[in-house]
Amino acid sequence: MSPQQSLFIVVVGCGRLGSYIVDRLSFYGHYLVVIDINASAFDVLSSQFSGFQIEGDATEYAVLKRAKLENADLVIATTERDNVNLMVAQIAKKIFKVPQVMARVFDPKRAQVYRDFGIEGICPITIAGDAFLSSYLKESVILTEEGVP
Amino acid sequence: MNILIVGGEKLVYFLSRLFFSKGHTVTVINRDRRECTRLARRLKGTIVHGDGSDLIALEEAGARSADAVLAATPNDEDNLVICQLASLHFAVPRTLALVNDPDNEEVFQKLQITSALSVTRLLAGLIEQTTEFDDVINLFPAGEGKLNITQVSLKETSPVAGKTLMEIALPESSLIASIMRNGEPIVPRGPTELLAGDRLILITLPKSHGSVLKRLTGG
Repeated sequence: MSPQQSLFIVVVGCGRLGSYIVDRLSFYGHYLVVIDINASAFDVLSSQFSGFQIEGDATEYAVLKRAKLENADLVIATTERDNVNLMVAQIAKKIFKVPQVMARVFDPKRAQVYRDFGIEGICPITIAGDAFLSSYLKESVILTEEGVP
Repeated sequence: MNILIVGGEKLVYFLSRLFFSKGHTVTVINRDRRECTRLARRLKGTIVHGDGSDLIALEEAGARSADAVLAATPNDEDNLVICQLASLHFAVPRTLALVNDPDNEEVFQKLQITSALSVTRLLAGLIEQTTEFDDVINLFPAGEGKLNITQVSLKETSPVAGKTLMEIALPESSLIASIMRNGEPIVPRGPTELLAGDRLILITLPKSHGSVLKRLTGG
């Protein structure tokens, strides 16, 4: 994503992951709308954040319309509920025809369902787990090499 | 019929009981262990403890041989995913999702759920019918939305009050299917007289809808 080109991005869920993404994208100069069911969730956003906040349930169609999903270049669903992410992502893709849609896979066991529904799912647990494992494996490889007489 | 229901509480309990009494087989999936125990004690069907939007729970509950799946949890998003999995993975021929948000009826249809039913909209319709805010109430669309079923209340000022169906000659693409008079339904024939106070159940095609309403209400 080139920082020169300003995109209209809707992020659903303003938890730890959602707010991180929103702050970064906003910093790069993109136009952001962030939706969360709790208004207090927006407290964690950086003071520099200049986008638009919507307090509402993203599984309510009127809330997505209020967020102007039909104009979005990118929608990212980051809530901790897989079915909410699956529903929002499918509505964004199939009804609002958003060109790029991504969703957080909360439970790694559900990754296949995202694939089945044609939704690009990203699973933070798998990514973190793999990162731990690869650094452990690297170390253990070194240990083994050193251990070789 | 093998019916698989996901959900709990009184709605699912009474629904299951109703289906049993009609000779259907019912399996219920619920994610709360205590609710499962309660249901198992009171229903003779199979109760499966698990998340209805989880493939393993659906498999365990016999989704493969289900004729119909009813998703009746309190959450629209759960009901969507349950029905999608049932039809995509287990080729269940009929799926029905309950939704809270009336807008989601249309949304779910676009996302290929066999049907979605908004209890909110249904109740609002029923309340309107019994309290009769309006002379003309759209009951529901049928025939893939190409058929209007409407209820029309005849006032004393109606140009057709006191006339028989034969006399008023409605267009061909319309039909007065039933008349509610003093709380009793009548299936009218040509000689049946229309009276002020009657509530007509009207079937029309879109092209005749407006003119028929005008003919009946005079407005």
